[in-house]
Amino acid sequence: MELFFGSIGRRALDFLERIYFLYRLIVDSLYWTFVAPVVGKGLRVGSTFDEMVKVGVSAVPIVVLISLSIGMILAMQSAYQLEQFGATIFTADLVAVAQTRELGPLMTAIIVAGRSGSGIAAEIGTMKVSEEIDALQSMGFHPIKFLVVPKLIALAVMVPCLTIIADFVGIGGGVVIAVFSLDLGFTRYITRTIFALVFKDIVAGLIKSFVFAFLVGIIGCYMGFKVEGGAEGVGRNTTQSVVVSIFLIILADAFFTAIFYYIW
Amino acid sequence: MDSAKREDYIIRVEDLVVAFDSRVVLNGVSLNVRRGETMVILGGSGCGKSTLLRHIIGLRRPESGKIIIKGRDITQLDNEELSKLLRKVGVVFQSSALFNSISVGDNVALPLREHTKLEESTIQIMTKIKLDMVGLAGYESFMPSELSGGMKKRAAFARAISMDPEILFCDEPSAGQDPIIAAGLDQLILKLKKALKMTIVVVTHEMASMYTIADRVIMLRGGKVIFRGTQKEFKASDHPRVKQFIDRRPEEYSEEEIGRYARALTSNSF
Ligand SMILES: Nc1ncnc2c1ncn2[C@@H]1O[C@H](COP(=O)(O)OP(=O)(O)OP(=O)(O)O)[C@@H](O)[C@H]1O
Ligand SMILES: [Mg+2]
Repeated sequence: MELFFGSIGRRALDFLERIYFLYRLIVDSLYWTFVAPVVGKGLRVGSTFDEMVKVGVSAVPIVVLISLSIGMILAMQSAYQLEQFGATIFTADLVAVAQTRELGPLMTAIIVAGRSGSGIAAEIGTMKVSEEIDALQSMGFHPIKFLVVPKLIALAVMVPCLTIIADFVGIGGGVVIAVFSLDLGFTRYITRTIFALVFKDIVAGLIKSFVFAFLVGIIGCYMGFKVEGGAEGVGRNTTQSVVVSIFLIILADAFFTAIFYYIW
Repeated sequence: MDSAKREDYIIRVEDLVVAFDSRVVLNGVSLNVRRGETMVILGGSGCGKSTLLRHIIGLRRPESGKIIIKGRDITQLDNEELSKLLRKVGVVFQSSALFNSISVGDNVALPLREHTKLEESTIQIMTKIKLDMVGLAGYESFMPSELSGGMKKRAAFARAISMDPEILFCDEPSAGQDPIIAAGLDQLILKLKKALKMTIVVVTHEMASMYTIADRVIMLRGGKVIFRGTQKEFKASDHPRVKQFIDRRPEEYSEEEIGRYARALTSNSF
């Protein structure tokens, strides 16, 4: 009995400790992103740009490839339904709205979680295991400023950019199907797309992608710092970071979609 | 200890207690290091030497006890003040802990680039000098993964002294080095002590190294300090554990213990 309550107590403490650690990570990150540069404690601009290249520029090919496929898939699925009503031109509406509001941000975030979220967890985890984080601290550097903030800023800037690319390419995928298979005509399809899209759709998607970027960054860093016990721990937490961030991305997606649908 | 003398101590550790979960690793460790002296910490593997160092540089807060560096209790300092204090402290970690994503030269230059406003050309020269001191001249552009374990240790040494610290901590600097390099590192420690008046704390297993560099010696065992004193006192000590360490005698077990161990082994199904 005592053992039972003991283990519950330990688990509860353990859980609270994790929550507290996560809370500190978020608060410190926000501090070192927004407050520290203003009060003259600096921002590592150089490594922020390096991270932007890693997170953003080098993800462009895969984002393009996947978005193109998604756009084509969306177009075919929409046409399949709309053909029954002889309204295939509305394919343009469905593709544009679904891509900008939903699939563009979501697929981009999932790609980034797989590419960069895991990379962040692995990098920080390896540094932790090899005492590099301790070394940073012992030299009077703040690990959050050095490691976390450049990655978070890079994600917050690049994921929305990637999402815009995904939106365009996805719509382009729709165009390919519309022109070559549905005989809708290029100009007609594009005109319809422009007519169907409202500014709000794109903004809603970008707000989501910004939130997703933050989730991927924080979860990646958290999992990295929580690595314990050598290379094995790095592997475990890297996998975890992908699973958890994709899970949280989808939860957040549901939440924001509901907000945009019912309130905005 | 009279209070006039207390001022001479650059590092004071009082009643340090450290536990991981419920396992107590350090159980009331006290030690004093005078300004400018070299203190060697001895002790068996796993007795908590690295843990002691990690606490002295504030990487982890102890369960209880005081750690006073240059008159300030670092267990009470906030991050900001601690990070300022640490700029005057150099650390060579047991696993070297070089930053693997940047070159050896950048590793050494990093503290200078971040903490000083020196010109890049000056930083380059200083980096060269430090690498020269540890016998790694010309290795600036190598990545840490291209170095051997011993070379990494020396690069870490160069990085630790790049800011000309007042206090230098070395966790087993000569482990993994050939005798010539090990002796060279000992000479380097002596040189730093003499030329720059550095206070140096070294964890080591090497008796030869200890005899070369130590002003005073401390020996840890079972979470306590079992010996403290000068080299001479160390050699003359009649503490059984100290003698065992000096004579390199293995742990002695009675036949009964060995029998028990053997039974435990054979009854254990793997
Ligand atoms: N992060 C940690 N979590 C749990 N236990 C730890 C941790 N770090 C160290 N220990 C334990 O503390 C004890 C002392 O470890 P420490 O690394 O200080 O030994 P050491 O004296 O430096 O040994 P060595 O000479 O082999 O380097 C060990 O029993 C180790 O298991
Ligand atoms: Mg050790």
